[in-house]
Amino acid sequence: MILTLLKRYLRDYGLALLLLLFLLVCWETVVRLEWIPSFILPAPTSIWIALVENQRLLFGQHLPATLQEVFIGFILSVVLGSLLGTGMHLSRRLEKALYPFIIISQTIPLIALSPIFIFWFGYSLAGKVAVVFLTAFFPVVVGSFDGLRKGAEGYRELLLTMGASRRHLLTKIQIPLALPSFFSGLKLSIVYCVIGATIGEWLGGSKGLGYFSRRMAGNLQSDEMFAAVFLLSALGLVLFLILVLLEKILFMKRGSSRS
Amino acid sequence: MHTYADENFGPIHFLWRWMGLICLEGGLSTNTMISINDLSYSFDPQQKYPVLSGLSMNVKHGEFVSVIGASGCGKSTLFKIIAGLSEPTSGDIIWQDATSSANTRLGNIAYMPQQDLLLPWRSVLDNCLLPWEVTQNRSKAETISLIREMLERFGLAEVEQAYPNELSGGMRQRIAFLRTLVTGADLMLLDEPFGALDAITKREMHKWLTGLWDGLAKTVLFITHDLEEAILLSDRIYLMSGSQSKAPMQEFIVDLPRPRHSAMNYDPRFLKLREDLEKRLYDTHSS
Ligand SMILES: Nc1ncnc2c1ncn2[C@@H]1O[C@H](COP(=O)(O)OP(=O)(O)O)[C@@H](O)[C@H]1O
Ligand SMILES: [Mg+2]
Repeated sequence: MILTLLKRYLRDYGLALLLLLFLLVCWETVVRLEWIPSFILPAPTSIWIALVENQRLLFGQHLPATLQEVFIGFILSVVLGSLLGTGMHLSRRLEKALYPFIIISQTIPLIALSPIFIFWFGYSLAGKVAVVFLTAFFPVVVGSFDGLRKGAEGYRELLLTMGASRRHLLTKIQIPLALPSFFSGLKLSIVYCVIGATIGEWLGGSKGLGYFSRRMAGNLQSDEMFAAVFLLSALGLVLFLILVLLEKILFMKRGSSRS
Repeated sequence: MHTYADENFGPIHFLWRWMGLICLEGGLSTNTMISINDLSYSFDPQQKYPVLSGLSMNVKHGEFVSVIGASGCGKSTLFKIIAGLSEPTSGDIIWQDATSSANTRLGNIAYMPQQDLLLPWRSVLDNCLLPWEVTQNRSKAETISLIREMLERFGLAEVEQAYPNELSGGMRQRIAFLRTLVTGADLMLLDEPFGALDAITKREMHKWLTGLWDGLAKTVLFITHDLEEAILLSDRIYLMSGSQSKAPMQEFIVDLPRPRHSAMNYDPRFLKLREDLEKRLYDTHSS
């Protein structure tokens, strides 16, 4: 059972794994042969060593700090984003009023706003969460709004002939139909949350993987900087995979995922 | 007209009585379930020709009435108006002995759309529970045992926990029909329920429905393209032609004895009826 599963994964991702291995070997060779100076691009092995050497600091202090910002920001994005999406679906007026602002919020270059954020929130958690929210709520809004808008005229009419109210239409038809699109939004959002947290920590503060990588970059300690960057991308990947798993479990019973 | 209530005893009869489906009460004053008078409809007022115009028809309690017509002639539109999904442009619909508006009918007439529209994320049982969830007109346990009995009767007991995409077209159609029954409405509108099925499955469904029909005590309005299907199942047939026709609705009576069975297709009376119907259809379309 486990063996067949392993075989399947190997078949699906074997090629990507091989390519990764090949790239790592090339990278290592290039640095070892000193074609590229190691302070510009450290070798994978030295990044690994930096990771192990700094593990107490990285895993004990900076990773939890980043994780906290990501979680609070994500929960805020999901709650407010789906509320906004649902509200815009239910009221055309709200949609017309809000849509431009939501788009504009996405075109703001967040880095340029950094002084204002520090001015408003200081170096507190709130400021970072605000940056996370601003980068990550958009996919949730679009995911839920588009999902709810899905053409379900046939189902709608059928339920109406059964005597359904507006609330019934929403809970029995539109929300279940919107879930796949909503989940696509969530998966994008969680990745953006990690990016948002990193940006937030770059703006200032005293902990978090973004802060750590920036400080190390300032000291020209590229090994340590790359170790933090590696952890950040691993974090994004793991959170993404958790959502994929959750989606699988949720839709396992659904016929739609099997067809 | 034959009455259903007197001929049926045993659990099934009990079942329908429970659901309040016996249609005798209130039927003393008139035998008519629904009657449509001079009905017209257009999707938008600027339209040159209305989709429906000058339609009149009626359905009596316990009758099985079919509507036949070329595609695009407005059959589905007519059903949506009867179900109360849209208001006719003019004309009236007498239902339960009174002129009715779309809102009074909506939710009280069962409607089985052209596609089965089973919710793919719900099991068969949960799909059948949908009408109850919306109305909550009796206890859940009662409804579930009722659905189980019907699943048994429809030969679907083993698939109760299955999901729609695991089932064949015929099974899905039977489940959609069952779901329509669960609404408990006296009048059922079935829009080409077997239209998407292959010939063999369709014949099975005919066998199944003719065997079932005399115990159902239901009133059915049925859309189909299939002349044999219409003759086999109906008490009366309406031939529907486009709104520009002089006679948009023509009545055709099928006086074959009940209970019907699918082998009747070879009965000389059946063949004669089929010939007549085809001629009428041809005359309507060439005039
Ligand atoms: N929502 C709509 N808006 C405008 N025209 C429509 C709409 N729905 C159906 N029609 C038109 O009305 C006519 C009747 O359609 P329909 O009732 O579905 O026919 P049938 O069920 O007999 O095949 C068709 O010509 C169709 O193009
Ligand atoms: Mg149609």
